[in-house]
Amino acid sequence: MFSKTGFKVLGLAAATATSLGIGGCDKAGLDVDIDGSSTVFPITEAVAEEFREDHGGTRVTVGVSGTGGGFKRFAAGEIDISDASRPIKQKEIDACAENNVEFIEIPVAYDGLSIVVNPANTWADDLTVEDLQKIFLEGSTVETWADVREGWPETPIKLFIPGTDSGTFDYFKEVVAGKEGSIRSDVTASEDDNVLVNGIAGDEGAIGFFGCAYYFENTDKLRAVTINGVGPTAETIENGTYAPFSRPLFIYVSKASAEEEHVQAFVEFYLDNGPALAQEVGYVQLPAPIQSAIRARWEARTTGTLFLDENGEKVHGPLTDIYN
Amino acid sequence: MKTAAPSLKNAPRRSNLGRQRTEQAFKAVCLVALVVTFGVLLTLLASVAWMGVKYLDFGFLTGLPSRHPEKAGVMPALMGTLWACLICALTAIPIGVATAVLLEEYRPKNSLGRWLMDVLQLNITNLAGVPSIVYGVLGLTVFVYVFQTAATASGPDAWSLSIGSPSGWFYLQLPMGRSVLAGGLTLALVIMPVIITAASEAIRAVPSSLKQASLALGATRWQTIRRVVLPKALPGIATGSILAMSRAIGEAAPVLMISGAVFLTFAPRNLMDKFTVMPLQIYSWVGKPQEEFHQVAATGIVVLLAVLLLFNGTAVLIRQRAQRMG
Amino acid sequence: MTQLQAGRILIPERRRSVVKRDLSELVIRVALTACGAMTVVCTTLIIYVLASNGLKFFGIADVSPWKFFTGTEWAPLLATPPKFGVLPLVMGTLLVAVIAMCVALPLGLLAAIWLSEYASPRARAIVKPTLELLAGIPTVVLGFFALMVITPVLQGAFNWTGFIEFDAFSAMSAGLAVGFLCLPTVCSLCEDALRMVPDALRQGSLGLGASRFETAVRVLIPAALSGIVSAFLLAMARAVGETMIVAIAAGSMAVFTADPSSQVQTITGHMVSMFLGDVSNFGVEYYSSYAVGALLFLMTLTMTFAGHLVRKRYRQAYE
Repeated sequence: MFSKTGFKVLGLAAATATSLGIGGCDKAGLDVDIDGSSTVFPITEAVAEEFREDHGGTRVTVGVSGTGGGFKRFAAGEIDISDASRPIKQKEIDACAENNVEFIEIPVAYDGLSIVVNPANTWADDLTVEDLQKIFLEGSTVETWADVREGWPETPIKLFIPGTDSGTFDYFKEVVAGKEGSIRSDVTASEDDNVLVNGIAGDEGAIGFFGCAYYFENTDKLRAVTINGVGPTAETIENGTYAPFSRPLFIYVSKASAEEEHVQAFVEFYLDNGPALAQEVGYVQLPAPIQSAIRARWEARTTGTLFLDENGEKVHGPLTDIYN
Repeated sequence: MKTAAPSLKNAPRRSNLGRQRTEQAFKAVCLVALVVTFGVLLTLLASVAWMGVKYLDFGFLTGLPSRHPEKAGVMPALMGTLWACLICALTAIPIGVATAVLLEEYRPKNSLGRWLMDVLQLNITNLAGVPSIVYGVLGLTVFVYVFQTAATASGPDAWSLSIGSPSGWFYLQLPMGRSVLAGGLTLALVIMPVIITAASEAIRAVPSSLKQASLALGATRWQTIRRVVLPKALPGIATGSILAMSRAIGEAAPVLMISGAVFLTFAPRNLMDKFTVMPLQIYSWVGKPQEEFHQVAATGIVVLLAVLLLFNGTAVLIRQRAQRMG
Repeated sequence: MTQLQAGRILIPERRRSVVKRDLSELVIRVALTACGAMTVVCTTLIIYVLASNGLKFFGIADVSPWKFFTGTEWAPLLATPPKFGVLPLVMGTLLVAVIAMCVALPLGLLAAIWLSEYASPRARAIVKPTLELLAGIPTVVLGFFALMVITPVLQGAFNWTGFIEFDAFSAMSAGLAVGFLCLPTVCSLCEDALRMVPDALRQGSLGLGASRFETAVRVLIPAALSGIVSAFLLAMARAVGETMIVAIAAGSMAVFTADPSSQVQTITGHMVSMFLGDVSNFGVEYYSSYAVGALLFLMTLTMTFAGHLVRKRYRQAYE
């Protein structure tokens, strides 16, 4: 009994020993590995799905480990492309540098932040950033809508925000609270935007914010307020009038991967078809001049980010200023 | 036995009618508890099935993920679940049962050995309580990056070791990366304590008279275990393993940490391939803004439950046969 | 070899097979010990991973361990500078787990008594496997159930009173769902424990004139206590560590409260949001998830250790 098993084990060992090898971490075949933000996921998913039609031999994998998780894997050289709902941060750049990972930054679409209320709310049509600060900042004394502006009813105000770990929250906090400020803590936060939609749809005094894609899908349940007279529509976001509540979404491509033909083909497919597909899944495409500036940077394989200055400080402002 | 069997002398005197009423009420309460248990869970399943029936067809089973709800399919996730759970079962059940045998049948006689066994026992009880997300963290560190820390540099320059070729199913590579093998092994860690605990209970329940009879007839310890204890304990072990595997199939949190992938256009071809599992795919559909995708998620749940049903059904049949033969 | 053979009664012509037998006994023993040792390695690695990263958190965060364990404000991202007081997370975790146990234990035990004491063998043959099937309902499904069904029901039942108001997320809703998650497991394990009580005890009690109710309460439950406690512990630990349901239904604001209608964040909820969110994985808030993970590990450790002592005291051996 022992000898028989022994032979089998020996045979297996011999068979595998021939193919045993120690070498560089080579990726198997024609794979494009993508991971990162769940906000960018729908765009990348759509691109990957269309790409599959023409390039059946390439296996595209898209993950949703979050922007931070995506960058971590990207910096370790595990993936080819990182989806990000915010620009890369200095610490993440450092981690990339440590592993000699160079990246090409490609903004792929705009995500508008919609500020929404319950449809039964007939009074708050238009808010200013100052109103939002009054409502959302820490130390706020606003309890009812009457505290926001005089003449509005004394309906208790209830706040709904996306998960504090999300890029959407990060962006809102930056715009409304600035660098040093805090958002008040008696709010309802959820990673699941559907929860926010249902929460706001179920409470007359509710106000909240999340990505436009969710608002566009739920216009029957919610009403978006205008900010300084401008509402979130594809046009206002694209032409920049819905400032400051629209943010760019990114993919980051590893330079080493970009030298591989199939990754290159995928990125070029992304640049060609991404804008239209982004519109389809509820985001807003970037204006044409910016698109061509981004393409030029890709074709020159320019590495590095435009969203941090030399001191590692975040660069603010519309994309047209950043890409000029 | 001090807590058992109340003596008649101390039993409170009550009228027979009162006792009968209590008895009836108790029976009713027990039955209600059972009905509530089933009622709530079956209502849940029924509502999900009702939601999910719209997109349930053959194309859903064989299709690939898509942004169009009517085109979306579950094939890569389904195959990923099968691969991961097969790996998980093949690892966790043998090791788990072996540990249970060690715990129950190889009790050392000296005090140091007994103390070590107590520590082992306590350790397993503790592991059973460790949340699955912690196992996810562990799997990520141990399996995904195994040996990576030993390498001089991480990233593309890191060294790796590979056995076999990607074309065959038997293909091993270190570090394992976010492979179906890493995922399956992590799931095995999650369910191992459950299997050990259940198998221990089952082995403990085997009457020691049977064991002593076997030993007295001259059988060795292992022969006794293999021919007497394990067959007798098999139904219990099977029950524990079923419960544990059901958990592995439905577990999302650790796989989310290991794989993270939800858009795949292929089923795993070898142990080193990337993968996703059904609960992860469902989670991803649930998070989509379009209402239709909630129905697709419900359809995914129906398929997942069908897989569980198939799996459990088989195991129940095996167990019933074992019981009849035992 | 002679040592191995010593002290055995040997039948001369079978000498070789005895040597082989002893050798294989040894091999098996070593293999079994190796399997057992693997679980110890597993625990060691968990402790190592959590402790090394958790210590990193205390190294870079502007918070002392004392403040961390006694602080009542948890706002790693909401506030600038971040606040790391872990009590709200602990409170949220316990609140959800206690609610879950209030559902799972009584219902599970009573249903188990019906199954083992009243049910006909035929009913049992149908109910028991179904129960095991229900134990496998994935947590993602139950999380959605909590949000879509339990919360609206709670809101409908209580909000009109004006005293209690349930939000879209609440500890109650998540706790109930976690309770239903644990229920089949608790029931199944309790039933096993009850059936493991020797029939002689049951028959003895009934023969002495005790009703089934009296038998169950005075004889069976005390006799099966070890199994029941173990079932309860498995369920409690699972409730404390349950991830997907609380991430979906409990909310994600760490509020320091014991009010079941309030939203809470649990330790696991925080860990998920750190591991899968858009937060940088190189920052202090990311490492905080390891620190709270280590705390969670300590919590389950304490619970199981307490349970172990209880078990040791009440455990009875039936021969």
